[in-house]
Amino acid sequence: MPEWLIIVTPFVYLGLLFAIAYVADQRARSGRSLVNNPYVYTLSIAVYCTAWTFYGSVGRAAQDGMSFITIYLGPTLVAIVWWLVLRKMIRIAKQHRVTSIADFIASRYGKSMLLGGLATFIAVVGITPYIALQLKAVSASFDALISFPDGAGGAAAGTALLGDKAFWVAGLLAVFAILFGTRNIDATERLEGMVVAVAFESIVKLVAFLAVGVFVTFVLYAGPADLVQHAREQEALRELLSFRDSPGGYGSWLGMMLLSMAAILFLPRQFQVTVVENVNEDHLRVASWLFPLYLLLINIFVLPIALAGLLYFGDTPVSPDNYVLALPLAEGNELLALFVYLGGFSAATGMVIVATIALAIMVSNDLFMPALLRIRHWPVIERFGLRRLIIYLRRGIIVGLVLLGYAYFRLIAETYALVSIGLISFVAVAQFAPPILLGMYWKGASRPGAVVGLVAGFAIWAYTLFLPSLMDPGWLPAGPLDGGPFGIALLDPHALFGLRGLDPITHALFWSMLGNVGSIVVISLLTRQSDIERIQAALFVDVFLRSEQDTRFWQGNATIGDVEALLARFVGEERARKALAHYLPRGDDPAEAAGRQAPPGLVNHAERVLSGTIGSASARVMVSSIVQGEALTFEGVMQILDATSQAIEYSQRLEQKSRQLEQATSELRAANERLKELDQLKDEFVSMVSHELRTPLTSIRAFGEILMNNPDMDGDQRHEFLDVVVRESERLTRLINQVLDLSRIESGWSAWQLQTVDLRDIVHEGAEATSQLFRDRDLALQQDTPEQPCYVKGDADRLIQLVINLLSNAVKFSDPERGAVRVSLATRGSFHELRVTDHGPGIPEHERERVFDKFHQISDQQAGKPKGSGLGLAICKRITDLHWGTIHAENADAGGASFVVRLPEAGGEHCDIG
Amino acid sequence: MADGDRQRSVRSPSSRAERLVALFAVAFLLLNYPLLSLFAGDALAFGIPVLYLYLFLAWAGVIALTGWIMSRRHRH
Repeated sequence: MPEWLIIVTPFVYLGLLFAIAYVADQRARSGRSLVNNPYVYTLSIAVYCTAWTFYGSVGRAAQDGMSFITIYLGPTLVAIVWWLVLRKMIRIAKQHRVTSIADFIASRYGKSMLLGGLATFIAVVGITPYIALQLKAVSASFDALISFPDGAGGAAAGTALLGDKAFWVAGLLAVFAILFGTRNIDATERLEGMVVAVAFESIVKLVAFLAVGVFVTFVLYAGPADLVQHAREQEALRELLSFRDSPGGYGSWLGMMLLSMAAILFLPRQFQVTVVENVNEDHLRVASWLFPLYLLLINIFVLPIALAGLLYFGDTPVSPDNYVLALPLAEGNELLALFVYLGGFSAATGMVIVATIALAIMVSNDLFMPALLRIRHWPVIERFGLRRLIIYLRRGIIVGLVLLGYAYFRLIAETYALVSIGLISFVAVAQFAPPILLGMYWKGASRPGAVVGLVAGFAIWAYTLFLPSLMDPGWLPAGPLDGGPFGIALLDPHALFGLRGLDPITHALFWSMLGNVGSIVVISLLTRQSDIERIQAALFVDVFLRSEQDTRFWQGNATIGDVEALLARFVGEERARKALAHYLPRGDDPAEAAGRQAPPGLVNHAERVLSGTIGSASARVMVSSIVQGEALTFEGVMQILDATSQAIEYSQRLEQKSRQLEQATSELRAANERLKELDQLKDEFVSMVSHELRTPLTSIRAFGEILMNNPDMDGDQRHEFLDVVVRESERLTRLINQVLDLSRIESGWSAWQLQTVDLRDIVHEGAEATSQLFRDRDLALQQDTPEQPCYVKGDADRLIQLVINLLSNAVKFSDPERGAVRVSLATRGSFHELRVTDHGPGIPEHERERVFDKFHQISDQQAGKPKGSGLGLAICKRITDLHWGTIHAENADAGGASFVVRLPEAGGEHCDIG
Repeated sequence: MADGDRQRSVRSPSSRAERLVALFAVAFLLLNYPLLSLFAGDALAFGIPVLYLYLFLAWAGVIALTGWIMSRRHRH
């Protein structure tokens, strides 16, 4: 492959990145932000996957088997609880305008300059190896691409500075970071261009790695099973595939997992993309599963590539860290190799850009600013312009950081594998976990505790990991520390106090965490917190209980003019005026207001705005320089907070009360509706009953009048008329009886007696009571009852009435010539089924539901006049309902109708009522 | 019944937190010693080492459960 192509490609790619970032910034300015969606957010978090992942994982897998994967399982575990932990960090950072991990710690422990500076120092020293790792990876991949197979063993060593590609790569990355990260000095303003560019890089590196994975697994070999089979033919590889011989065993596995759990939360660049650049907390809902999915995808081909690399290159000098690139190169697939090279370049540049920007903000806010404020050569600084000064400062810091990484790379990085270098950084970053996590959940964690804890952890890290890493390649004399300084074996950095059996990383992690956590807890328990510490502790721990407006603790006097002047110095006059406008009455002239006293809310707002620009500790110093009088005490702040939270609680209780009232009202309304409905039903019933009563009455009266007016009517006709009168009277009586029955039944169980009855007896009694009816019409009744008793719970009289009504109904509609009425009883599961079948005309489909309505008569053109009162079946329905049963009508096979009543068996669940 | 609904909606935000913590504990157990040691060895399943298969399947399962818990909207 021509060298110019390999050199030009990254430049073209960086140009593309810059174009993407430029477009994203433009869109952000016109209000069509690209970052306000969970997918870009997730992809930007994937800046976690650096050259370590891209090249180093394969190298690690080739040595140790599966242990590389712990670095990605840890973040998966943390992502599960992101909604609980990271959301709290985001909320705190938003409320306090925290812009870096150092500022977070400083702010929590009483806006301490000392802690901010300390955390920044640890971050810079700790991340330097990590930046070196990226430079090493990029330059090694470059060399591999240019001079494969000769130069694939590692970066070119010992070349002159200007001839070293890594130097130029470092310079290029610094320029890029400066272009993206230092155009605006307020770090709370999101760097949307950077985020979108990083998200894009995440796509490139994932696709590139998947491409080479598919190539190796499915083109070089015939799928994973084939690859594994080849690998198992070699004894050494066979061992690699099982977990048994992993160095350090399960302790090391757990240690690496814990390290990566700390890293995903507290690496400065992760804090930058997950917390500072977060637009909406809700994006975590997607990120907490999508990010682990990204990690899973980028890891799925690591082991196959490592196995294929070992099979392919075996004992050749090709470094396992370069297998990703070397495999497609060796197969002559140069286009794929170039793409892979770009993927690795993406992974490295993404990390360097975000990490240096995050560190630069930290260094300028938490190291330089406090120093600058102390020097107080204001006239000189003012002439230069403070804002300009800060921006140039940050640019300088970025260059310095990249150079520091480069120096580390030149000194030692060449002898270490990528993952080993990265793990050194991880242990350093893990030192942030105790002060932050304890600080977020335990109000008692105090500033002295945090200071001592950080110092102890960092010192142990430096002694057990960092210093040995400098010494091993022979840069520092190895003598003093081998086997312990001055021959004191207890101080051996790899077996401190005689602790053996752990790998160096786990060993360092254990001792540093012990020192760190132990110091914080013990010292916090022994010391008293200052007012500002207690206030901040309460605000951090209870962040979800309070609103943003609550964080005020200035009660001294400051004029509005002073506040404006202070703000203008750091954030520019434009933004100072805007910040002021919120707190001045509408239409008030700021010039006039300048002499007046600033409201407490304005002073607090000013401090928060300053925090975003120069860090919380410096902001506090600056504000205290213009406020005369004391800051509020802890009790004072708590009073204000409690008043607010009480108000919130009252309003919540009020809301709850009104919700209850609303519900009661709606229940009442429903009851009222029901009552109205019942009233209407009653009216209808009364009018229907009156109507039904009037018909027989009218005919009785008509015939009676005829009889009265015609005394000389002949005997036969008179008899016929009297017969009508008697029949109509009977009908009237029956009707009235049934109305009475119905009303008695409507009243429900209050007037009934619940007892266990045998349905067979009921059927017999019902049949006896109706025997006269059957005889009158010359109909036979066929009874079909089982041997065993059929017990139900119920009121015997009502049930008999049910049977009588059904039978008399059957009598009315049956045709005597077509056969007998049949009543049968059977048990179906937990129900008894009573079935009365007649040989009448049957019931048409559409009438089957309605026959049970009160006064419903089936209009029968042949019969002309209705035969019943229309109440019998309504009563049946009511009785079965009250006996927890069902009734329905169906057409019998022989053409008649069947009425089927189902009643639950006694002893079932329904029967304890009554 | 309306009462039951109200109780459930009051409980639901905290129940998401509880579920997440429980899932965290389960995932931590699945991906560490001693459960892990059950799969260490050179046995194959479908031609793939069981440890590799187990780790990725457990991982995918954890991701799926996280997604499931997070996608359930709680009512206010």
